[in-house]
Amino acid sequence: MTSQTAAAPESLLAAPDQATQRDITDEIGRLHADLERREQAGERIRSTVHDFPAYRSSLLRHPTKNLKLVDPETIELLSPAFGQRDVAAVESDLTVQHAGEPLGERMTVAGRLLDSWGRPVANQLIEIWQANSAGRYIHQRDQHPAPLDPNFTGAGRAVTNASGEYTFTTVKPGPYPWKNHVNAWRPAHIHFSIFGSSFTQRLVTQMYFPGDPLFALDPIFNTIWRQKDRDSLIGVYDHDLTSAEWATGYRFDIVVDGPDATWFENESE
Amino acid sequence: MTMTVPARTLRPTPGQTVGPFFAYGVEYDRMHQVVDPHAPGAVLLGGTIYDGAGDPVPDAFIEIFGADSDGRVPRARGAFRRDGHTFTGFGRAFTNDDGHYEFFTRAPGAAQGRPAFFAAIVFARGLPDKLHTRIYLPDDAAALAADPFLASLESEERSTLIASRPTPAQLQHDIRLQGEKETVFLDF
Repeated sequence: MTSQTAAAPESLLAAPDQATQRDITDEIGRLHADLERREQAGERIRSTVHDFPAYRSSLLRHPTKNLKLVDPETIELLSPAFGQRDVAAVESDLTVQHAGEPLGERMTVAGRLLDSWGRPVANQLIEIWQANSAGRYIHQRDQHPAPLDPNFTGAGRAVTNASGEYTFTTVKPGPYPWKNHVNAWRPAHIHFSIFGSSFTQRLVTQMYFPGDPLFALDPIFNTIWRQKDRDSLIGVYDHDLTSAEWATGYRFDIVVDGPDATWFENESE
Repeated sequence: MTMTVPARTLRPTPGQTVGPFFAYGVEYDRMHQVVDPHAPGAVLLGGTIYDGAGDPVPDAFIEIFGADSDGRVPRARGAFRRDGHTFTGFGRAFTNDDGHYEFFTRAPGAAQGRPAFFAAIVFARGLPDKLHTRIYLPDDAAALAADPFLASLESEERSTLIASRPTPAQLQHDIRLQGEKETVFLDF
């Protein structure tokens, strides 16, 4: 077997064809129409499609075969156990990790972690990471010429409480340019990594902000092909979460997916 | 016990790609050391993640969750604050620039009458959503042969789920996201 040398990761970020935004938007429209047709013809289609060529980096990285349906075994029906020892309380405040205050719109992001039956998922870990208010990630490979903020890293963690609730304090991220096509911009978003009460429920997703004009243009957001599913990733402005002269507030509730066998597992805990 | 599962009332939140810049968001100390590398019985589980062109994927990560060597599912907290001795069963490893990942862990014991495996999840830039798979231990040929799920697969599919053991303290397992020897990924 030949062992191939990997390309430098940063060299992979630009799609080779560099299509226009109009091309990409048209492709997204055609892909959604085709998925709609397939569903009407009786096919069961996941809420996030793996095969979505408008997201160019997915071309060689998505599986081409159907996922195999399998009965989860015990290890898959449970989840790593987390508790306060895994996360310090201060890790949920992304504005206090440095000597000074980060620039940008300070906000509270809070919500509940629930299972498919609406039951709270307690004591589970949520990790977030995001760009700063100028749209720049602290990651070395992000070299776009927006300023880094010496007072903002952009990573946080929280463990849900007994009611499944979590709260983060952060600043609103800026939109972010990327190289999927010419002059491509990602809508402002916060990455969320979530553990449910079973390993099958593991979820990595992104939270967006209401009214972003970039929604229709973004191939990653649109890998979720149904409008109602995309809408569920948009945080809701919630005045009850705001603090006077301090922070705005957004609510983002998260639902981890079944499967049916987890109904019993959660019952017994 | 026969109980009926009630209808689900909430729509699941859909997944999204981890994107290119996950490293500073999800990295933590000794995350790939499920056990201390020098602990008795430690095995090195490693392999390469490949894309559909056969090129290594340098910006992916993989998570494993495995039973203890007696087959019991770990319930101890502390996967994110390693103390060097508590076995939590969970680990996370980034691929390096050669697409290679590795863990130090224990070989899981089998659940009653079943072949032993690690539950595993793959995330990557360019992968729109997570992918679940399993990494079976190669040792118990009879249990592997008797497993109804493995038996339901074509032999070339089955082989994508079973690690090899080049040395007693080593498990080798490559993952192919796409292509001829595409790894079998799971839905539950």
